[in-house]
Amino acid sequence: MSDTSDLLFTGADWDFEKVQRAYDAIEQIAKGEMGLVTYPNQIEVITAEQMLDAYSSIGMPLMYKHWSFGKHFARDETLYRKGMRGLAYEIVINSSPCISYIMEENSMAMQTLVIAHAAFGHNHFFANNSLFRQWTDARGILDYMEFAKSYIAKCEERHGHAAVERVLDAAHALMSHGVHKYPRKRTPDLRDEEKRAAERRAYQEQMFNDLWRTVPKKAAAKMDSQELAERKRRLGLPEENILYFLEKLAPKLADWQREIIRIVRKISQYFYPQKQTKMMNEGCATFTHYTIVNRLHEMGKLSDGAMLEILHSHTSVVFQPDFDDRRYSGINPYALGFAMMNDIKRMCEAPTDEDRAWFPHFAGNGDPYGTLREAWADYRDESFILQYLSPALIRKLRLFKIHDESDSPHMNVAAIHNERGYREVRKALARNYDIAHLEPDIQIVDVDLAGDRRLILHHFVESGQMLDEAETIRVLRHIANLWGYEVRLLEIESGTDVVLKTYDDVAPVAEL
Amino acid sequence: MNIIDRRLNPKGKSLANRQRFLRRARAQIVKAVRDASGTRSIQDINNGEKISIPADGLREPSFRRSGDGGVRDVVVPGNKDFVEGDRIKKPEQQSGDDGGSEGSPDGEGEDDFAFVLSRDEFLDIFLDDLELPDLVKKKLKQTESTTPTRAGYSVTGSPANLNIVRTMRNSLSRRIALNRPKPKELRDLEDEIKALAESGEDPERLSLLRVEFDRLAAKARRIPYIDPLDVRYSRFEHVPKPVTQAVMFCLMDVSGSMTEHMKDLAKRFFMLLYLFLTRRYRHVDVVFIRHTHEAAEVDEDTFFYSTETGGTVVSTALEEMDRVIKERFPPSDWNIYCAQASDGDNTSSDNAKTAGLLEEVILPVTQYFAYIEVGAEYKDWLGRDSDLWRTYKEAGRAADNFAMRRVRVRSQIFPVFRDLFSRERGDSAAWRLGEEAGP
Repeated sequence: MSDTSDLLFTGADWDFEKVQRAYDAIEQIAKGEMGLVTYPNQIEVITAEQMLDAYSSIGMPLMYKHWSFGKHFARDETLYRKGMRGLAYEIVINSSPCISYIMEENSMAMQTLVIAHAAFGHNHFFANNSLFRQWTDARGILDYMEFAKSYIAKCEERHGHAAVERVLDAAHALMSHGVHKYPRKRTPDLRDEEKRAAERRAYQEQMFNDLWRTVPKKAAAKMDSQELAERKRRLGLPEENILYFLEKLAPKLADWQREIIRIVRKISQYFYPQKQTKMMNEGCATFTHYTIVNRLHEMGKLSDGAMLEILHSHTSVVFQPDFDDRRYSGINPYALGFAMMNDIKRMCEAPTDEDRAWFPHFAGNGDPYGTLREAWADYRDESFILQYLSPALIRKLRLFKIHDESDSPHMNVAAIHNERGYREVRKALARNYDIAHLEPDIQIVDVDLAGDRRLILHHFVESGQMLDEAETIRVLRHIANLWGYEVRLLEIESGTDVVLKTYDDVAPVAEL
Repeated sequence: MNIIDRRLNPKGKSLANRQRFLRRARAQIVKAVRDASGTRSIQDINNGEKISIPADGLREPSFRRSGDGGVRDVVVPGNKDFVEGDRIKKPEQQSGDDGGSEGSPDGEGEDDFAFVLSRDEFLDIFLDDLELPDLVKKKLKQTESTTPTRAGYSVTGSPANLNIVRTMRNSLSRRIALNRPKPKELRDLEDEIKALAESGEDPERLSLLRVEFDRLAAKARRIPYIDPLDVRYSRFEHVPKPVTQAVMFCLMDVSGSMTEHMKDLAKRFFMLLYLFLTRRYRHVDVVFIRHTHEAAEVDEDTFFYSTETGGTVVSTALEEMDRVIKERFPPSDWNIYCAQASDGDNTSSDNAKTAGLLEEVILPVTQYFAYIEVGAEYKDWLGRDSDLWRTYKEAGRAADNFAMRRVRVRSQIFPVFRDLFSRERGDSAAWRLGEEAGP
């Protein structure tokens, strides 16, 4: 590289002009060679302190106020100041335009990496993956957050901090049980939310709550099954979206409390696709930045020094310690995602006979980026692994499956990276990424209208994995506070319907 | 692509969250602050503090699996030599279910965490139940006195402070820079025009000169001789005189009868006094004097944490104090405060001497002398007063800068302190000596 005039930049310092030049060069490769399709980009330069701010409020640029964000900030700040934890290099927001934050403390090489990673990798994933397209409204989210923030601030003014905090605490505890998991008819449009909130209130003022009209005819006697079914149908039971149920039907809540629950629910829903595609999303971004910086280096636009700096941080991001390594803390989503996507590229370009046998539909097709774009668009972590994890990669990572039963003194090695084990390992790994499997299946099954309006929930226990007792009681208390009456939770073994444990009648402690 | 610089955006977006967090965690933080104030040194109390608070009460619960029990299949990387069907012995479980790093009670791996309170936040909480602003009415006079000292120039000020030299210098350099025509140039030009007009020669040059004269005259009007921009005023700053300093004597009996509990009470009292004084004075010195049968000036650590035995002769402490005052703190320059903590024991032969010293030597030079008699926590006072109590009661009766109180438990410290320092002078008749402050 004798000619330095081709270089995008020299030295570590960055300025706006260099960022623009790097961005243009990156864009050429991302769009021209990789065929990425993104939302328009907006890159914002912030300081380390602002970065701390941003990710203590779950990465949103606008967020309502709550003590837990302060707690996370205090914790992150202490860790950061002590040098125990570095800051994320970037935060990217699923919005249109897609906002990527870069830190002023970064070197120019790092800024290049971050732009390739966030502004193209993540951005492409947000814009194309079917889950995001179906569940999130990138154009409306910032407006909605603005609404949420000011709405909650107004509630604090009117009803006091403590009252708002109680509702938010309860809603946060149920956040992961505040999503609709199955597709709806229409795509969400958060812009209309505020308008609809007003309409809803007007409508509710005219209506009275239908729930309490179902006074049982035979008070003490058993209701016949038909009546029971009718009642459940009317209440929309069973319902796994606990926040939704409470928002709609909890008898004692004021309108503003329902609206706050709704806000938390909407935000939870917005983040739901991120949970299901963490590995793919990071893999996509990592693969993208890796491809792009390598191309830039080939083209003589990145100096060897800058490339080394980038590779250094790249390798630390995709580092995967072995299970017996002290640093092991589960499978690194960056590492697995990146490895799988690299592997797909390899199979498209230079497949072995084994690859052809396993992946006849794309092995050797010579179109790695097209193949990847399809995968990025149509899959989530679980199905992606199920479809694309190759024997070659299983061997490379030396993956193996362990079967663990709590009452046995031993764990069994159920499958390893051999002919017999591939499918088994792949299936088990995919299951480890299945959100529906990872989160406990808890549903509201009935309201005891005949008795004392107790709310009844079931936890369908999979593979004998019960709930953490202390935590569960705390959450039930929150539910009871929102519901206004007692709450009962039964843990029921899936399949056999045997009741394993009963949390009996947790009563509300405070008027909300 | 848009690139936006947000670095100048308001920082501390999380400040409101932090306040909510502090409010939420208040009970725990108050406790942590009180605990911290027990271990830190008196002069440090004025700084911010790193506070560790338990995550308890700051939990964010959620439904989650207990982590043990049941059947699970996990895929992990890095197989070295396992083959299918191998059995791996499970790692030892430490005492039931809490093992590994997730040892905290909420199972979330959340241990206590430390965060830094700012100085104000710390003091706020430390002084939470103390009404500092009302403490001193007349007794501690504002002795701040200041003298004006030159401190450069400013663009605003009163006419009396106008600095003519600096103003004219500015005016001159501006006139030179803007090339303002000098009065002499104009006068010369005028003379020449006059001469030409009278002589009637060279009308062409005359009109040229007239145009030139008009131009210069206009320029001179546009560029004033003195512009408001030139004006400078002398600036004065009020620099406090060194009389705004105070010294605080901490006197303590450290003979064997003083327990850790008593020293702790004393320390808290001294801390409050220190805090209080630093808010009144720019500079506060602390002198620690401990005594048994003999007294010595020591550093804080020795003062609070060493154990001595020996007889108790209180007068030695007062003598030592007198010596230090004479040596380093002339009463004309220093406001002298003294707080003495003792369990009340004194050698009976020393009582008269102590009373004399207090009355004749110490009280005349001190602003305020507070005597705190510290007692054991769970023992009530015996019916009779201690030796020292009786002695001081007698000696201090006439003085209006002397007060004494008894303290048994921590919670009495703030009330006693407030009581001591909010009492107005002059109503010493109303002093109810020896009354114990309510809990």
